Amino acid sequence: MAGAGHIAGLTTAREAGLIACHRCGQVHDQQATECRRCHATLHSRKPDSLQKVWAWWLAGVITFIPANIYPMLITNTLVENSESTIIGGVVELIHYGSYGIAFIVFVASIIIPLGKFFAIAYLAISVQRRSNLNQHQRNHLFHVVEFIGRWSMIDVFVVAILSALVQLDTVASINPGIAAVNFALSVVFTMLSAQSFDPRLIWDADRAAAND
Amino acid sequence: METRQQTPYIGITVAIGGQLMLPLENLVACPQCDTLHAQTDVPDGAKAHCMRCGAAMVETRSTAITNVLSLALTSFVLMIAAVSFPFLDLSIGGQTNGTSVLGAVMAFSDTFSLPLAFAVAGFIVFLPLLRLGAIIAAVLPLVTHRTPGRFHRHAFGLAETLRPWSMAEIFIVGVSVALVKVAGLATISFGPAFWAFTLLVILTFFQDTLICRYSVWRALDTSRA
Ligand SMILES: [Zn+2]
Ligand SMILES: [Zn+2]
Repeated sequence: MAGAGHIAGLTTAREAGLIACHRCGQVHDQQATECRRCHATLHSRKPDSLQKVWAWWLAGVITFIPANIYPMLITNTLVENSESTIIGGVVELIHYGSYGIAFIVFVASIIIPLGKFFAIAYLAISVQRRSNLNQHQRNHLFHVVEFIGRWSMIDVFVVAILSALVQLDTVASINPGIAAVNFALSVVFTMLSAQSFDPRLIWDADRAAAND
Repeated sequence: METRQQTPYIGITVAIGGQLMLPLENLVACPQCDTLHAQTDVPDGAKAHCMRCGAAMVETRSTAITNVLSLALTSFVLMIAAVSFPFLDLSIGGQTNGTSVLGAVMAFSDTFSLPLAFAVAGFIVFLPLLRLGAIIAAVLPLVTHRTPGRFHRHAFGLAETLRPWSMAEIFIVGVSVALVKVAGLATISFGPAFWAFTLLVILTFFQDTLICRYSVWRALDTSRA
């Protein structure tokens, strides 16, 4: 069971000339276009998977740049007016001594998005190169990326609740900066990129190798 | 309850030399690697894994569907409460300002960020509500022993598609972070909506771990009967 490779006796739906529904797993013959169980459109593999992965990936990377340059929060108090970026917000939390929360925000807003960009690029490139190494690890990586990506949205919600709550005109007010929009877009684009990836492609590589 | 076995699906003799050995109805494909397996009944509480990639393919829980319905109904009511009641109040030096959940959404109602207001409203209120409604619609015929139709299968499909986009639990973590940020400067009081929302998040977590999507799909499948 361990390691990569072709296990004798196992057949994929595609090799058997069948199409499995991506949503519910129901198996159909090749002529079917709609799943007879859940009515989803049937494809043996997600159509144009890698092109879509790269298109959304690029959009995610591009919007991530202004998300880190422009202010996320604009704070006005009696004594000062300040603007803080994502990193600025983390530094501020460290100043207050809230190390745990600073860590959560740092991981959710910086580590997870960057990690996702690298992970998705690695998965897409390894599939394009028809690599059959580390299939189990890559499959696992894909599911981690898919599961964890949405948690990056934390900072957008932090901005939303702070801006709604801190509106005391004479004492203090907090308003969202333009980076909030860029950041939210970046998270959504990266989620779409991960969703466009078809994990079956990871496992197709050793089929191709075995048939050579 | 701790007698959970791990039974692999029978996968070896599904096909020989591209020739299928079983009728289509008895086949199931792994959602991750497309490997065909013979559909077998798994004992209650057991898990069946893909022989090739190890993905969990079936987890049976006999009481699942009734529980799923009651959790979804409760969560639906809690979400209505969470958007109707006051959420949080903040006061600094005698000045007070309160917000509801929708108030947090409206924080992005400036012209440049208006699309974000709609997106946040979707992520934390409308998509979770739509998803709960879809789950209720899908499992209702199963609980009342009526024959499910095309509509019910579409509803469950919609609930599955919406799963990554309903972010109520992420919102509540965001709220906690925001509260830590203002804790030193202001006094915060929690409204009923805060507790309703927190409870909703806990129930959603149970809902998602409890639901056996394969059993629901099989129960909704009337074509094989
Ligand atoms: Zn289907
Ligand atoms: Zn598999």
